[in-house]
Amino acid sequence: MTPDYLPSWWPQLLTVLFAAGVAHAAWNNAGPRALLEEAGSRLMLLWAVFACLHHLPKRRAWLLSQVRSAAISNLYVVSLVGVFIGMIFALQAGIELARFGQQDQIGPLVAAGIAREMGPFITALVLASTYGSAMAAEMGTMAVSDELTALEVMSIDRVSLLVLPRVVALAIVCPAMTVISDMIGIIGGGFVASAQLGVGWDLYLDSAITSLSGLGETFPVPKDVFGGLFKSFCFGIAVALISCASGISARGGALGVGRATSRAVRDATITIIVANYFLTWMIYR
Amino acid sequence: MNASSKKPVVRISDLHKSFDDQIVLNGLNLEVQPGECLGIMGGSGTGKSVALRHVIGLMKPDSGQVEVFGREVASLSANELRALRRRVGYVFQEGALVGWMTVEDNLALPLRERGKLSEPQIAERVAEALETVHVIGAGQKFPSEISGGMKKRISIARALITRPELVLYDEPNAGLDPEISRSINALMREVSEKLGVTSLVVEHRVECLRRVADRVLFIHEGKALVDDITASFFQPSHPRLIAFLGHDQE
Ligand SMILES: Nc1ncnc2c1ncn2[C@@H]1O[C@H](COP(=O)(O)OP(=O)(O)OP(=O)(O)O)[C@@H](O)[C@H]1O
Ligand SMILES: [Mg+2]
Repeated sequence: MTPDYLPSWWPQLLTVLFAAGVAHAAWNNAGPRALLEEAGSRLMLLWAVFACLHHLPKRRAWLLSQVRSAAISNLYVVSLVGVFIGMIFALQAGIELARFGQQDQIGPLVAAGIAREMGPFITALVLASTYGSAMAAEMGTMAVSDELTALEVMSIDRVSLLVLPRVVALAIVCPAMTVISDMIGIIGGGFVASAQLGVGWDLYLDSAITSLSGLGETFPVPKDVFGGLFKSFCFGIAVALISCASGISARGGALGVGRATSRAVRDATITIIVANYFLTWMIYR
Repeated sequence: MNASSKKPVVRISDLHKSFDDQIVLNGLNLEVQPGECLGIMGGSGTGKSVALRHVIGLMKPDSGQVEVFGREVASLSANELRALRRRVGYVFQEGALVGWMTVEDNLALPLRERGKLSEPQIAERVAEALETVHVIGAGQKFPSEISGGMKKRISIARALITRPELVLYDEPNAGLDPEISRSINALMREVSEKLGVTSLVVEHRVECLRRVADRVLFIHEGKALVDDITASFFQPSHPRLIAFLGHDQE
């Protein structure tokens, strides 16, 4: 595939150059200081969350309520999106496979595509746009109505009280929802396989499950599934962190809350997409 | 009293603060003695809330000193500032209750975070605090479900629940009906007289300051224009203060 005159790692090079270009554009748009400050403040927040991980037992009530509301409020969206993604995937792949008379291979193809890529990715995007935005709005409202200042005055650590439960909740909920979305997506692919491609359910499911059971080299676990879950674990943390950070920095009334919310969704989406590439590269290179 | 306990709890000297090109505080001086209740009056936007924010270390002076409990606030480390804030209660102008917690959880929060009391002890204190500010049967409600006046009272209860040595009230009477105002004022008076708590009260209402303050200070153009004991403050001689108090006098 690679022409002789290019090094074998040209796709990576291209991506890095592209990312640098985008970063440069954003840099000129927002100003280098603002960009660096924002990135810096998010990393600091992540560090602060790590530093208060031992407060988790004390925060279990809030953690539970976050897990509950994140999971419940998004279950149907994730399921609905999941089933259609599986169907689209099966349809697209099925058309190509059928041209070569290979429709029997549809199961492994759909399973791998969903477990590795679409499941974690789509679930994280759904969580970012539904729950991440809600989180940013909630934190933003607290920021503009002096609630965060009140916590500061009472010497209450807001990272431990507010950010920690949310980050941990999404680190749990995102992979959990991914499992659900994976399963539903594979079943959705099965509808298309049996109804439109004439592949029986038994063959479809058997071949899908067999292909997903392949163990990894570094860790003896089904690589495609756990690789995908590791990605969604990282996405969950990123979404919560970005949403909380932009909510906390909201200023100036309802307008500021709105701005913080849309910034949170925008940044979370970009981060998920960019991180997805690098995580995939790390896991499957 | 010996000399050391006579040291002022709060001392602000020559405090200057501007935002961009707007000068808000322009050489403010004030002192609050232990156990004293100092009232602060002044027009809207004259920097009363800004002055309180300096006392609690939420803002840093452009120049001048703010000393609380004998320590200069701006020079404290993060830990020292935290320790100082634990000795101070702050009643926010807008209440600033945590919206996603019930009233009871809001009151229990500062106690729980300190981790010194057991849950039953905390519950007892919360019930007691709700009773003192005359909020009955709203413990399980969320701040968005109670009236503005109730929020104010809860926020006063929250500031007092940790038994602070110094309380800063930002317009404690705003949004309260006359009857509740009177009982809140009586509470403030009681807190400062019986418990010996030092207080700083920012308030527009003459009635409130007459009742609770030992001394009143009038801020005008970023400075303390009049600083007098309550009785003579409300018999003003300064033309600016006479204009400010106007018919409110009677
Ligand atoms: N963080 C801030 N950034 C910029 N300007 C500010 C800030 N805080 C206060 N100000 C300005 O400082 C001035 C004084 O504000 P402050 O809130 O202290 O008024 P106030 O005396 O408490 O008035 P009120 O009685 O209406 O509460 C206002 O003009 C306000 O615009
Ligand atoms: Mg004010």
